[in-house]
Amino acid sequence: MSHDQAAILEVRGLHKSFGSLEVLKGVDLVVRPRELVFVIGPSGSGKSTLLRCCNRLEEPNAGSIRIEGVDILAPRVDINAVRQRIGMVFQSFNLYPHLNALGNVTLALRKVAGKPREQAEAAAMQALARVGLAEKAKSYPNELSGGQQQRVAIARAIALEPVVMLFDEPTSALDPELVGSVLAVMRELRESGMTMVVVSHEMRFARSAADRVIFMDHGRILEEGPPAQLFNAPDHPRIREFIASIEH
Amino acid sequence: MERLVASFFNLDILQQAWPILLEGFWMTVKLTLVVVPLGVAGGLAVALASTVRSRLVRWTVVVYVDFFRAFPPLVLLMFIAFGLPFLKIDLGAFGAVALAFLLNTSSYYGEIFRAGIESVPRGQYEAARSTGLSALQTMGWVVVPQATRNVIPDLISNTLEVVKLTSLASVVALPELLFAARQAQSLTYNATPIIAAGIIYLVCLWPLVRLLSRFEHRQIALH
Repeated sequence: MSHDQAAILEVRGLHKSFGSLEVLKGVDLVVRPRELVFVIGPSGSGKSTLLRCCNRLEEPNAGSIRIEGVDILAPRVDINAVRQRIGMVFQSFNLYPHLNALGNVTLALRKVAGKPREQAEAAAMQALARVGLAEKAKSYPNELSGGQQQRVAIARAIALEPVVMLFDEPTSALDPELVGSVLAVMRELRESGMTMVVVSHEMRFARSAADRVIFMDHGRILEEGPPAQLFNAPDHPRIREFIASIEH
Repeated sequence: MERLVASFFNLDILQQAWPILLEGFWMTVKLTLVVVPLGVAGGLAVALASTVRSRLVRWTVVVYVDFFRAFPPLVLLMFIAFGLPFLKIDLGAFGAVALAFLLNTSSYYGEIFRAGIESVPRGQYEAARSTGLSALQTMGWVVVPQATRNVIPDLISNTLEVVKLTSLASVVALPELLFAARQAQSLTYNATPIIAAGIIYLVCLWPLVRLLSRFEHRQIALH
């Protein structure tokens, strides 16, 4: 099968079932360098599962996933090496509570990337500075606000210099007044040229930052296109309803 | 009252018995320093084995833990010390105690660690794996440190029991504290050495008990 050489992430015919429940029913998705792709859709539509398959936190049942042309579902692939190149940010932050912000960022730098302590800490400080939290390096997660925790989680991912970042509802667990700080960091990442796939309900952010919006429903991509088209003039009434229900 | 003092709190007798008691005390310390780390390490191994994917390994762990929790440690120790030599496996008294305690206490420590590992949210594991840490690295650097912290009170409490249980070593003639005290008792026809041994246990374990209740209070405060 031919594949798109220029793509950072290329998903073809992805199927995933949990028991008898088919969550993904053949999804195709191509993400090119520096693209920000927004994935929206009702809950249970398979958005998160799609994202979690891309770094094999979920094992797909069928289909192919390529990162920079390399099939990451191949039997001999070193998944830990692959995951270093795919940053992931979770809804619930998942910072390590027993480590301070610096420790959270340096852990994989030292154990996976194999950097010596000093180099790892320098890289981690740079990543923390990038999310505006250099002065919180010694703080533990329980001393940080939700927004700060999520920004540390972003620093933890970008410190490994991934080729693509996956965001799984990064602002859904945040108090409204903290959402802005996280979105600001994501906007900065986008402007620096990071390739990103974002599952989120932040429609205003999608309108202004996304290159492409994908609408998922019942395990399939129902429609995709530039935000203006998908938000203002979608082909499917289903999408109009959904957007109205979110933005009201 | 006088007779009580004379036969249970007799200072002259205590003076006579002191050297034997001291030797017994050091033996108990030595046993504790071997048996507790062995049990904790064994328990951690048992807990980690119960998280692997292989059903065979997990079932073996269940059988192991069930067996050694239900089997009386005294009988286990006697079998290892007096039975195994018939199979040409003679570990010596100290070795027999170490093995019996490893088998017995690792099953208890193992259940504690397992509960700890289960208390760590799945998201922690996923976050670590998503940065490329292997399953083993994730356990070692992310899950086990949190798991241990979550079960420190249970670990302390179990350790208290283990220290007291080291007196079982007397059945294989290891002169630990209680054994020494009973020896001194039969030499002096006086119960003072036994009481003294009890007080030594009390004084040594009391700080641990204090620590334990501090942790328990802090946990209540956190929840």
